[in-house]
Amino acid sequence: MQLTDLTIHQLHDLLREGKTSAQEVTRAFLDRIAATDERVNAFITVCQQESLQQAAAADARLKAGDGAPLTGIPLALKDIFITEGLRTTCASQILNNFVPPYNGTAVAKLKEQGAVILGKLNMDEFAMGSSNENSAFGPVRNPWNGDCVPGGSSGGSAACVAARQAVATLGTDTGGSIRQPAAHCGVVGLKPTYGLVSRYGVIAYASSLDQVGPITRDVEDCAILLGAVAGYDPADSTSVDQPVPDYRATLKDGVKGLKVGLPKEYFIEGLDPAVKQAVEKAVDTLRGLGAEPVEVSLPHTDYAVACYYLIATAEASSNLARYDGVRYGQRVDQDRGLIDMYMQSRAAGFGPEVKRRIMLGTYALSSGYYDAYYLKAQKVRTLIRQDFLDAFNQVDVILTPVAPTPAFRIGEKTADPLQMYLSDIFTIPVNLAGTCGMSLPCGFSQEGLPIGLQLIGRPFGEETLLRTAYAFEQASDWHRQQAPL
Amino acid sequence: MLSKYEVVIGLEVHAQLTTDTKIFCNCSTTFGNEPNSQTCPVCLGLPGALPVLNKKVVDYAIRTGLATECTIAPRSIFARKNYFYPDLPKGYQISQFELPICEHGRLDIETAEGSKTIGITRIHMEEDAGKLLHDSSEGSRVDLNRACTPLMEIVSEPDMRSADQAIAYLKKLHQIVVYLGVCDGNLEEGSFRCDANVSIRPWGQKEFGTRAELKNINSFRFIKQAIDYEVQRQADILEEGGRVIQETRLFDTASGTTRSMRSKEEANDYRYFPDPDLVPLLVSEEWIEQARLELPELPAAKIERFIKEYDIPRYDAEVLAAERANADYYDALVKLHGNGKLCSNWVMGEVQRALKDSDLAIGDCPVTPQMLAGMLGRIDDNTISGKIAKKVFDAMWQSGKDADTIIEEQELKQVTDLSAIEPAIDEILAANPGQVAEYRGGKDKLLGFFVGQVMKATKGKANPAALNELLKKKLAGE
Ligand SMILES: [Zn+2]
Repeated sequence: MQLTDLTIHQLHDLLREGKTSAQEVTRAFLDRIAATDERVNAFITVCQQESLQQAAAADARLKAGDGAPLTGIPLALKDIFITEGLRTTCASQILNNFVPPYNGTAVAKLKEQGAVILGKLNMDEFAMGSSNENSAFGPVRNPWNGDCVPGGSSGGSAACVAARQAVATLGTDTGGSIRQPAAHCGVVGLKPTYGLVSRYGVIAYASSLDQVGPITRDVEDCAILLGAVAGYDPADSTSVDQPVPDYRATLKDGVKGLKVGLPKEYFIEGLDPAVKQAVEKAVDTLRGLGAEPVEVSLPHTDYAVACYYLIATAEASSNLARYDGVRYGQRVDQDRGLIDMYMQSRAAGFGPEVKRRIMLGTYALSSGYYDAYYLKAQKVRTLIRQDFLDAFNQVDVILTPVAPTPAFRIGEKTADPLQMYLSDIFTIPVNLAGTCGMSLPCGFSQEGLPIGLQLIGRPFGEETLLRTAYAFEQASDWHRQQAPL
Repeated sequence: MLSKYEVVIGLEVHAQLTTDTKIFCNCSTTFGNEPNSQTCPVCLGLPGALPVLNKKVVDYAIRTGLATECTIAPRSIFARKNYFYPDLPKGYQISQFELPICEHGRLDIETAEGSKTIGITRIHMEEDAGKLLHDSSEGSRVDLNRACTPLMEIVSEPDMRSADQAIAYLKKLHQIVVYLGVCDGNLEEGSFRCDANVSIRPWGQKEFGTRAELKNINSFRFIKQAIDYEVQRQADILEEGGRVIQETRLFDTASGTTRSMRSKEEANDYRYFPDPDLVPLLVSEEWIEQARLELPELPAAKIERFIKEYDIPRYDAEVLAAERANADYYDALVKLHGNGKLCSNWVMGEVQRALKDSDLAIGDCPVTPQMLAGMLGRIDDNTISGKIAKKVFDAMWQSGKDADTIIEEQELKQVTDLSAIEPAIDEILAANPGQVAEYRGGKDKLLGFFVGQVMKATKGKANPAALNELLKKKLAGE
């Protein structure tokens, strides 16, 4: 077994026992990135020197017996996280030269623990996409099959873990952007409840939906990394002031008597047979462990995608107004006045999907349309949230597929945005409801592509999610499969 | 021609709040520092930065709402007003739109036309934009020190019917925000700015005419000029059979005229929507009550109290209460000394004169109420005369010493026992035989001449009453 195959908790033990050093581990990952990333394209920026310096500092800290769970652990960040002194592009041409003067809260927490940051990861531009094809830095390729997409928008973050280029990564999830790529790449991803992790220093796509979350090799790592970044932050008014539980402490509590809801609206026609089969097998596995499957209904599911594409784009149209070429980022100025500079800078700086969503959102907020679109979408959102709260009166977790199909081919859906939008049909409702959801490997298609299982929990029910996922993981070996890379 | 039309005016005032830090970040709000020296990721609109509401701004808005009898909303919402401009770093301004913090208030004004109640539609909180610095050689540059500075927008009902009423409303509102300490009221620095919605309609017509919004009016004087000009302009259009169009017009201080900025059709669609970065603002009943308790006494109440407790004329009370610092000075002085009218004479007289001469605000007055009360006490006990008191006052102003020290050092104690100066009086009478004869011949007015001569010889220290009596006796030949 190689160092790059290990998990956070395994590496932490080795580091603490002095059986390896952070520098040795970091070098192993840097070598692995160098050997594989031409094929994967997961990284936008690799921090060759800085990561080794951080590793050296971590080794000193470990030697002094002052190691935290993430001290010396090589991680990588979706390029949506603001990192002081380290270029942050959001995979957009308009920020291709942007070096932030500050660290976001989640990044600062990782740094406090002494984590090593290997680099910044590819993604769909401004987190808008489900395939990681909308990047100014080229598409990310699925480590299981280079012709396939890794999913998006945190495609780089999921592919990076699957390709064993970092132990774990942070992504963000607005409509499925952690869970869907995690499913397509055969790794574990968790979208926390809205308000659990600070959004300060995370470039905003849709502020009322965005959440930071971990992408890891196994469930225990997921609990560790979530615990590291979760918690109230006075710098984010939407973060919730309540204590963070020790997610690891309850991991092994099992699922005996746990009521698992199966929403009938999610097991529909058009669901890929391999996905259906894998998810049904997962239900059997959980039943075998003592859980009790129950059918539930989430009646407003059909409206979720439409609702999402109004709210998310409306917020995005406003969030992305600051990229105007005036203060930072790329400016195109042909000396034809201010309006021209705005138009040229934004025309050249944004890719087609970002432009499409800005236009959609601008339209939804326009006077005369606001009530029919934005306001109505907000009302639908309330209904969708209520669906979940009602279901959680009957069950402890909800189990669904993550995506209707395994990873599709690069270029397969780019011509049809609506088809692309439907790949998030099972993940979007969770963001609209503001609750938590996670994705974990539950099988493979005939073509050998990973399939993901989604567990959805009550608001701030991450402990239950992780405990259920851990029980399932212990009873299966999907997470031990490695991408042939 | 103007008499055919009724004028309708509504005002929107932007008051900059005096909090130490900005509305959504911890940067300082100090005016006039090096460009962009008071900025951070939040007020620079950097990617990933998030606003956090300054509770003090809310407190100030609540106070203003209470002082203008508004209803304070238990739940209000911050919204984004979207538009592009280089001084607006996020591409939107965080403001309040559908659910402002205060609504349905009122303000009573007095003008020559009588008293009137002006409705206040709403008061809301918002952030200011930055400032563009135009430099022809280097192009335009942006200073974001002012970005994110807290503003309060106070919107009136279209209840005013003349420029005089508009001025009275503005002055009253200005007085209140300064009294509350929520705004420094500095018009030159733009801390208190006003936009006016002006329309006219034929007398008796129920519907409002089409309004023009006048921008950039930054003094009480200009408001009258701008409104008068605009009313005339609209009347001219109607008289010629034309139609007034809804538009925004800019007041030009140099020419005293208004000119079109943009019409309604060109107006921005601001695409307001609730800011998802900020949670709804909840204001508890306790918070409102606490603010109510901390509310200072407002001018109207103060005037009545001064009249009642200190027994001074209404005119004096109004002058004294016009500015809070002035009123506080007077209040402190009367509490120490007791004689309301004597104190008001001094505060409105000598104190104001001296402040004006040295160009000082009353807060910086070198003669404190304690010092002044001490001096007035020396008048009461006949140690000094009112005339000498002015000399003592000036000396206190210059030296910062108290009255007793100055009276002692400069030997200003008045002489009541006149035996000591009798020889001097005799000498003066002897030196002016002609005037003595005229007086005795019935020219009583000459008494003043002799008093003056004696005062001159004694450096004003003689007790005036005693001196008068003694002189009369001597001139009568007793
Ligand atoms: Zn700031």
